[in-house]
Amino acid sequence: MININALNMDSRELNMQIKESIANGHKEINIINALGQRFIGNGIQNKDLKITINGTVGNDLGMFMDGVDIELFGNAQDGVGNTLNSGTICVHGRAGDVVGYAARGGKIFIEKDVGYRVGIHMKEFKTNVPTVVVGGSAGSFLGEYMAGGILVILNLDSPKIMKADAIGTGMHGGKIYIRGEVNTNNIGKEVVILDIDDDDYKILKNILSEYGKKFNFNSVDLLKDKFIKLKAISHRPYGNLYAY
Amino acid sequence: MSVLDKLLPEFFVKIDRDLCIKCGQCVNNCGFSALLQDKDKNVKPIHEKCVACQRCMFVCPTKAIQIMKFPGTQKHNDYWNPEYINNIKKQANTGGILLTAAGTDKPYPIIFDRLFLDACQVTNPSIDPLREPMEIISYLGEKPSDIAIEFKDNNYILKNKLKPNIKLSSPIIFAAMSYGAISLNAHKSLVRAARECGILMNTGEGGLHKDLYEYADNIIVQVASGRFGVDSDYLKRAAAIEIKVGQGAKPGIGGHLPGYKVDDEVSSTRMIPKGTDALSPAPHHDIYSIEDLAQLIASLKEATDYSKPIGVKIAAVHNVAAIASGVARADADYIVIDGFRGGTGAAPTMIRDHIGIPIELAIAAVDDRLRKEKIRNKVSIVAAGGIRHAADMAKILTLGADFVTIGTASLIAMGCTLCQKCYTGNCSWGIATQRPDLVDRLDPEEVSKKLVNLVRGWSLELKEIMGALGINAIESLIGNRERLRALELSKETLDVLGVKPAGR
Repeated sequence: MININALNMDSRELNMQIKESIANGHKEINIINALGQRFIGNGIQNKDLKITINGTVGNDLGMFMDGVDIELFGNAQDGVGNTLNSGTICVHGRAGDVVGYAARGGKIFIEKDVGYRVGIHMKEFKTNVPTVVVGGSAGSFLGEYMAGGILVILNLDSPKIMKADAIGTGMHGGKIYIRGEVNTNNIGKEVVILDIDDDDYKILKNILSEYGKKFNFNSVDLLKDKFIKLKAISHRPYGNLYAY
Repeated sequence: MSVLDKLLPEFFVKIDRDLCIKCGQCVNNCGFSALLQDKDKNVKPIHEKCVACQRCMFVCPTKAIQIMKFPGTQKHNDYWNPEYINNIKKQANTGGILLTAAGTDKPYPIIFDRLFLDACQVTNPSIDPLREPMEIISYLGEKPSDIAIEFKDNNYILKNKLKPNIKLSSPIIFAAMSYGAISLNAHKSLVRAARECGILMNTGEGGLHKDLYEYADNIIVQVASGRFGVDSDYLKRAAAIEIKVGQGAKPGIGGHLPGYKVDDEVSSTRMIPKGTDALSPAPHHDIYSIEDLAQLIASLKEATDYSKPIGVKIAAVHNVAAIASGVARADADYIVIDGFRGGTGAAPTMIRDHIGIPIELAIAAVDDRLRKEKIRNKVSIVAAGGIRHAADMAKILTLGADFVTIGTASLIAMGCTLCQKCYTGNCSWGIATQRPDLVDRLDPEEVSKKLVNLVRGWSLELKEIMGALGINAIESLIGNRERLRALELSKETLDVLGVKPAGR
């Protein structure tokens, strides 16, 4: 394991040190005093690497990342797991906007609230299914344009009726699970609200048991509460839009 | 079906029964099922289905087929022309958005055709490019603002640390056309030709098929709002990366690749389920400002260790000069500006025909602005959209572009006849389709040679033009507006172009 003290270090310097450490064969990197540095773990392809970060990171944590396991003790800014390919990002704190934008694999676990446009345009292909789990609540445009993947909002310590607007607008694949409820006024016209069935229950049980391990609580118990599912009505939502 | 639902056919297919030998080649070649054979092998046209792609006319061994405008469509009217009337009927039937493809076909003024290049006479000599060196090698990427050279041990040493640049043997790039919109064989043809010519092809926003991996040095990959196929492998297998913000044929809107064009291979390359619409949202959801763009550029540079140029493609719109200045300051290494005549595999007709500005004005405005702000060296300027021949190329370079992209011209070299039906997926030429029977007829080996020939021809012509101008290096042509004159353009247009009227 190697320690990197990010105090007074700019993003480029920090990322260079991370890449050097990987080149030197380190499998575990521990970053302390992170303060706003962007692009940590950006584009790194490595299935055996673990990066632990203490502090507050800047935008695009783990963007284009492929296989790395990142654990952040602190808050993250916008773009956590932007265009993520595979790997795990776990944030012990809050995260900003566009978490998991266009992710096509990997897992993102956020302990508390997230901002706007989370899970936007996530996609999936065969066994590559991205998963984003948010402990707190989420802002508007959640799962907009979603083409695949699984988005779970647990609403711990939040009102059980989501205040976010335009949830699932333009959605044409994937699933959004919400603990609690949403008003039909607050969802896009391309999605329907469904009760969870046995398959959903199994999917959620797996995801929540992994989530609970990360944050040290029995999250599977949450399944006793009401969950709803948002699903796209069509995988071709704009198929009838045009005059041929 | 009521008579109100009916549209008159756009085209009329005339079969000359004396010439027809009933071989059936026309029937087999029609991607739109507009020709059938009855039990006596007589060819029967279905006029409504014909799009005038002309494939049947090309393959007919006896030239027994003629396609013409449907005769007697309507009483002549210069204002309400048949296209507008037909469109209204289509929309009255469907309530939908009119869809079209390729670049706009409307009779807008063509500035290119009002511009004339200079030539040397008597006072300084022209150059014969056939016998004298003529340099059109071009470098894509940021250039240093000054040069520091040290003389040491009888050697000149460049002290500047240069930014990554790509060397192209000619200032031509095959325009961005995605796999999905066009076929894999079309992509293979383009990439082979790009390698052979020492230039670049652009994959567009639909990901990179694995068969193209080996051509990484001749590929620009795009990162668009849908982020299709974008992973770290994709970013590594390219000479340059381009953030697609806008497209000349459809500024301000995203792309919708219809689900019926998303087959197994397209789905695995785009990394989305088969049959799903591939929707590119109008904006990038992580770019809401120039600062956000700067961040995505920085992010891509980080992900690729600052090893390759990062470009940004925008459509030519009203404030293009100010936008380009922002893009240059956001640390892009090149900017593609796509004019309103730019092509597309599918675009709403109203958007294609009525949004954006001509490329000539946009390039002149951008070049001028970046020079005034002393940041012209920070970016290469790539002009896209409607470059028809080598003279258009020479003129746009003279107005300030460093490169041109050719999309429509390259498609025509591949067989395209501009029927503008790319979005149907039935392209009889095997280009804008994913139907295996149609894709198979496009042989990358044969077609790449056509593309190589086209680039060779245009490059030779560019050298001829430069020779006439007495210029032997492309850098001396770029932005050299003193060597252009205009015929019958307004004062305001001349002012934007920075060009004098002919005779002055």
